[in-house]
Amino acid sequence: MAKLRVGVVSPEREIWTGEADMVIAKTVDGEIGIMPGHAPVLGVLVEGGVLRVKRGAEADLVAAVHGGFISVADNDVSILAEAAELGSEVDVAAAKDALQRAQASIEADQEDADARLEAKRAAARLRAAGEEV
Amino acid sequence: MGAQLRLLRRRIRSVKSTAKITRAQELIASSRIVKAQQRMQAAVPYEREITHAVSAVLSNTASVDHPLTVAKEQPATAGVLIVTSDRGFAGGYNANVLREAEALKGHLTERGLAVRPYVVGRKGLTWHKFRGRELFGEWDGFSDNPSYAHAKDIAGALIDSFKEEDGIDEIHVVSTGFVSMLTQNVIVRRILPLEVEEAPEPADGPMPYYEFEPAAGEVLDALLPRYIESRIYNALLQAAASEHAARRRAMKSATDNANELIGVFTRQMNQARQAEITQEISEIVGGANALADAAAGKE
Repeated sequence: MAKLRVGVVSPEREIWTGEADMVIAKTVDGEIGIMPGHAPVLGVLVEGGVLRVKRGAEADLVAAVHGGFISVADNDVSILAEAAELGSEVDVAAAKDALQRAQASIEADQEDADARLEAKRAAARLRAAGEEV
Repeated sequence: MGAQLRLLRRRIRSVKSTAKITRAQELIASSRIVKAQQRMQAAVPYEREITHAVSAVLSNTASVDHPLTVAKEQPATAGVLIVTSDRGFAGGYNANVLREAEALKGHLTERGLAVRPYVVGRKGLTWHKFRGRELFGEWDGFSDNPSYAHAKDIAGALIDSFKEEDGIDEIHVVSTGFVSMLTQNVIVRRILPLEVEEAPEPADGPMPYYEFEPAAGEVLDALLPRYIESRIYNALLQAAASEHAARRRAMKSATDNANELIGVFTRQMNQARQAEITQEISEIVGGANALADAAAGKE
């Protein structure tokens, strides 16, 4: 079966490229799964989403993706993230710390949009690292 | 020791210490160019992909009627983003950028546009402030090592003003493009209203028909600001690499000049010392002769 060529890029660096059987990402309309032969799609990704790349025998590649786009055409999948981090690169302690701080400021001020965003990002990083949130 | 000799020694010492400083600056700049180039390389995939995505949306939507792509019929004000460096010691780097910016200002004024400067880099800021120009946006402290957050900040300010009713109607960028270690050119570009630089046509014909999640308009809303950010980020990265290259060249020629000067002074010093010795010898010989003559006269 044909494979997908996947590239995860952020403005400052190329995070990962390689071949995959399936890519699962979360757009603002909901989760989207891409398999080889998918019709061309251009989607807007949610803030603090988790990207999952299935690679057959190898373990899944998981990354926290903050905002950006997914573009699919002709078995080429590109994830353009404003910021992204592979699950294996996440500093779990720092992310937990960030999540707790963000939740504390949400409790103090329900309207704190920055803290909500921060909490979402931290949660996505933890999920990408395989932690329960 | 003669006064001239002492003077020359002192000058040699001072030129030598200047040469040491410029040489160190040169080495620092050389090592930073490599890093700056790597950062430029690292940003290439994202730029390629986002340009591709913008072209895809634009080719799929029959009539593009997005505020960021439509030119106003009667543009009244133009914003000019000028990218300069924070530190000097870079030869003509800042002077070139500022000269082009003035030329652009002239062109825009001829077209009847009011010009609003947005300036990056301390050198550009002081240049404008010294002339009492009003600045509409100023950023500094990152010219040699810009991050994407800085580009986002700048792009945000420009786009906000562009969207306002009485804000700017056009945005131009004056920055330095990095061609190679030896060549850097000042680039003047209009980034808004948007002219998407078309990605080279894919080999298998025109763009495929895309589905959009959510609708095409909303994708474009999200995509265009990112595209502009990426253009500005690219300009900042190229400017940073060019700054280091310009500094390296300027410091190299300063070091060369200092070494040449040391050579000239050393020769002058040797000459002065030799002249002093010759004079001393002739004085001694003259004295000895006089004594010998006097002794011969007595006998």
